[in-house]
This record gives sequence, structure tokens and C-alpha cells, in this order.
Amino acid sequence: MSAARDAQAPEAIIVGAGPAGMAAASILAEAGAAVLLLDENPAPGGQIWRGVDAATAVHRSRLGADYAAGRRATRRLAASGARHLPGTTVWQLSPLVTGAEIGWTDGQRARLATVPVVILATGAQERPFPIAGWTLPGVMSVGGAQTLLKSSSLAAEGAVFAGTGPLLYLVVAQYLAAGVPVAAVLETTAPGALGRAAWSAPAALRRPALLAKGLQWIAAIRRAGVRHIRGVRGLRVLGETAATGIAWRMGDGRWREIATEHVFLHQGVVPSVNLSMAAGLAHRWCPQQLAWVPRTDAWGQTGSPGLFVAGDGAGIAGWQAAEARGAVAAQAALVRLGRLSPVQARLRAAPDRRRIAAEGRLRPFLDAWFRPAEAFRVPEDPETVVCRCEEITAGALRAAIAQGLAGPNQLKSFTRAGMGPCQARSCALTLHETIAHQTGRPAGQIEPLRFRPPVKPLSISELADMTFDDGAGHG
Amino acid sequence: MFRRLDPPPETGNETGTVFWKGAPLEVMLGQSVAAALLEHGISTVRESAKSGAPRGPYCLMGACFECLVEIDGMPGRQACMVTVRAGMRLAPQRGAVALDTLGE
Repeated sequence: MSAARDAQAPEAIIVGAGPAGMAAASILAEAGAAVLLLDENPAPGGQIWRGVDAATAVHRSRLGADYAAGRRATRRLAASGARHLPGTTVWQLSPLVTGAEIGWTDGQRARLATVPVVILATGAQERPFPIAGWTLPGVMSVGGAQTLLKSSSLAAEGAVFAGTGPLLYLVVAQYLAAGVPVAAVLETTAPGALGRAAWSAPAALRRPALLAKGLQWIAAIRRAGVRHIRGVRGLRVLGETAATGIAWRMGDGRWREIATEHVFLHQGVVPSVNLSMAAGLAHRWCPQQLAWVPRTDAWGQTGSPGLFVAGDGAGIAGWQAAEARGAVAAQAALVRLGRLSPVQARLRAAPDRRRIAAEGRLRPFLDAWFRPAEAFRVPEDPETVVCRCEEITAGALRAAIAQGLAGPNQLKSFTRAGMGPCQARSCALTLHETIAHQTGRPAGQIEPLRFRPPVKPLSISELADMTFDDGAGHG
Repeated sequence: MFRRLDPPPETGNETGTVFWKGAPLEVMLGQSVAAALLEHGISTVRESAKSGAPRGPYCLMGACFECLVEIDGMPGRQACMVTVRAGMRLAPQRGAVALDTLGE
């Protein structure tokens, strides 16, 4: 071993320190494997448990039991012996015959290593919410507002929350629990969706606690006397250089408006697939979740031996399922590493497999209840910016699609949509669904946008100082 | 405007001075640069690459790249992913990041 190497060569690299990544890293390390857990954030927890280790008791109780549950996971990780590198960005991943080559950087120096096992636990991001004015300062995603609340205890008085999805209700409830006045909740959930969802997915009714949680949040909004508008059909943010208000349209076609400096938008979460797609892994279009999902077997194993995807990054199923999927992938990874027999893995994974199945039965209900309306996924107003980075409007996209472009990759070449620094994280799904909508082709039959490394930008100086680790002990 | 409910959990409650466009700001250290700016009512942190339109932090989790700023002369940094430290010189990202500045 050279002097430059400060640790044992990793047998497994986990990307993402949320529920799935922490569970996987803990289990692998507890079994004696040399594990490296890479994560962009300053502390473990992912988005759901952001800042949980540092949170005060007051803060934890305000954020709720699901948040407080993260402490158990971070403690287990800390005791497991897994090496956690916070503030680390993965910029490339290439599958090998077995295992993968993976590149990461701490912001100073890039590194490249080959490892027999990589588990992607990159989690979820919010679905784009392209409406007129959504690029104005003062407009944020609900998840963004929640991040400020979790990690900085910052909240904005008089904000308007607009959209649909459990997170929207949760963050409104957290604001109200913190005593922060909310100006209005503008709900885009389809009227009657709850009843239809319950009818089409009766399995959810066997888990009344979940339904009760949702109804509690709605009751909290009512108790606080927050203006709650349901059945919103159209939205646009008002303002010239920053948000000054938001207007909404109801079924009667009339627009109404309310003044606010803070608009928080949300219409569900989708898997973060930039890394799994850039690695060339196979994905399928999920018509229930309206998103691309990596193809895996029941263990999270992808078509590339040794490369796994676990957690919400493999399809949205919530943190409890994510933790269980991380655990299951870790058992399969231990088999690959020769540290566990397949029979033992099956035995150990059984309780987690049952948890995954139980959570999976609820998903169709939640997917149906909070299915984002097409009008908010495929903007009708031609002036609405779809690609925020390159400032490409819905009208410009439609004009290009009308010329007969086959898919989002051609659309990108023609219009530059998806070519900016966010690398289409804010528009890939909108581009895709706009093409599907306009051409009448099923979304699953249109080739998705190709993502290329580096999946996150890195500087020339980081690359110049790069070190390579072939996993065999040479620096 | 964002206001603080109680001391930020991710920090040791230490404050320090940073400079936004040359003007000093007293901020709570240890949180993200984006959060520190938002607490001072600064929600516009850059001009868009094409039209020069004002933009500000949107996702706060490193996905949208809307909060790009210049930190200590280095352009194109994600304000939501960088921990704020005393003495930082912060400036809006104006337009696209020029390639020749990326290598420092």
C-alpha cells in the first residue's frame, strides 16, 4: 500500500446517505465489508432526515415522528464501521463486467476507483412544476422550503403552498406546528381523487394509520383557519423581478389572486435517475408514477452484476420501504462479496422483503390520490419556461416537436432544452411528457433523454489532481 | 422574508461576517450559503445565462442549479451545497460560467 492511501480499498461503495444508503452501508460494514458511503450533504440522513443528528428536541417534535426516526439510522451507521464521506459528489459511474468504475470528488480532488459492488441510493427529487413565473425569485419547491426549515430553522410567514402530494400537506403542517402563519394552500389534487383512489386500491384501507396521517394534516390546515382552495386548474406566479403574488384558475375559468412574496410549489417526487441513466442502466417508464425507474430484480440488482439500486431512486415507495430495500440490496451484495451464502441472504432478507411488500401495496393508492394533473405536467401556456437553465418555453418546444422530432434527445439538440448546468433535472420529465402529449405516442415508447458524465460539474483542477484506485491496493 | 425559529440545528450558533457584493453580512455559520443569504432577505442571487433574468434558490438540495454564485472568486458554486464560513466573499453569478475560469 502506498502512503497516499489512508484506508482499506473499499469492497462496496454506496452513493447516498439517506434511509436506503445508510441501511445498506450499515449492514455491509457490520458484516465486515470495507464500505465507503459517499454523500453530497454535510451530515447523513438524506433529504427526509436532513440535519436530524443536530436537531434539538423542540425541532424534532415540530418536524414529527417520521423525522425523529432518523436518529436510529444515523446512530447505527456511526457504530457500523462504514466510512462515510460527507460533502462528496459522484460525477461518473461505468459498469464493468463485474462491479463498476466510479468517480467522485470532495471539491478539491477527484478520485476514480474500481469496486466489486456499487449500491446507488440516490433517492428522489421533486417533479418539475412548470407554470408561468416559476423562475421568479421567491418561488421555491416545497422540498426546498422544508430543507430550510430542517437544517436552518428558517420559515417564511405568509407563504402560499400550491400543488399536490403528501409532502405539501406535511410541510404546511410543520409550518403550522412551528406557529408560522400560512397565507393559503392551493390544491391541484383532482376533486374526488381520494375516493377514487380508495376504490381502486382498497389494500390501503387495511392501513388506516396512513390514511389517518393524511387526514390529520388536512384537519390541521382547517383548524388553523388557513385559506384552503381545492380543485385548482391553473396557476401562475405574479411579479416582474421577484414573486409578488400567485393567481389561480378554478373550474369556472375565472382567475383569482393573492399577494405573497413566497410561493412554494410541489407535485410529488420522482426517482433521481441522472446517475443510473448516465451509467447506461436499463430503465422503464412507470405509468402510475409518471417517471423513469431503473430496472432491477427483487434484490435491487440491475442488469450489471454488482451494481444495485435501492430506495426511492429505484421507484418511489417512501422511507420505510427505502430502508428495507437498502437492507435487501446489502444482503445480495454480501453474497457477491462471498461473505454470505444465498440461503443465509434469503433468510436475513425475509423480514425486509415483507416490509417492502406491505409498503408496495399502499403505493397504488397514494399514486392515484396525488397523481399530478396533466395541465401541470405539460404546460398549456406557450410562454411558460420549461428548461429553466436555457430559458426554453413550452411554445418553442411545441414548435420544434411539430417539425417531427422523434424524442427528447433531438429536442435537446434543436432547442438546447436540457443542456444547462442542471443537466435536465428540472425539465427532463416535462420534455418527455410534452412530446408524448403532442405526438400521441405512449411515454414509455419514447427514448428517454441520454445523460452523460460528468453527472455533476467538476473543475479542471479537480480532475488534474485526480488519483486512481484500482481496488487492488495500489495508490 | 425567512425568519429564524430558533438557533439553527446544523451549527454551533457561531456567527461570522461574510461579504455579499462587498457589503458585510452577519450570518450564522455552519448552514448553507443559500440559507444565510435568504435569512438576510436576499432571494435573488444570480442573473440567468441567456436573458439576464433574476434567479434565486429553488430546490435547496443541489438539483436545480438556480442558486449559482461566485464564492471567493470561484464562479458557478451551488450556494445550497456550500457551507458558509466567516470571511467568504460572495457575489452573484452573472450569466454562464466562463470555461476559462473553471480551472482557477
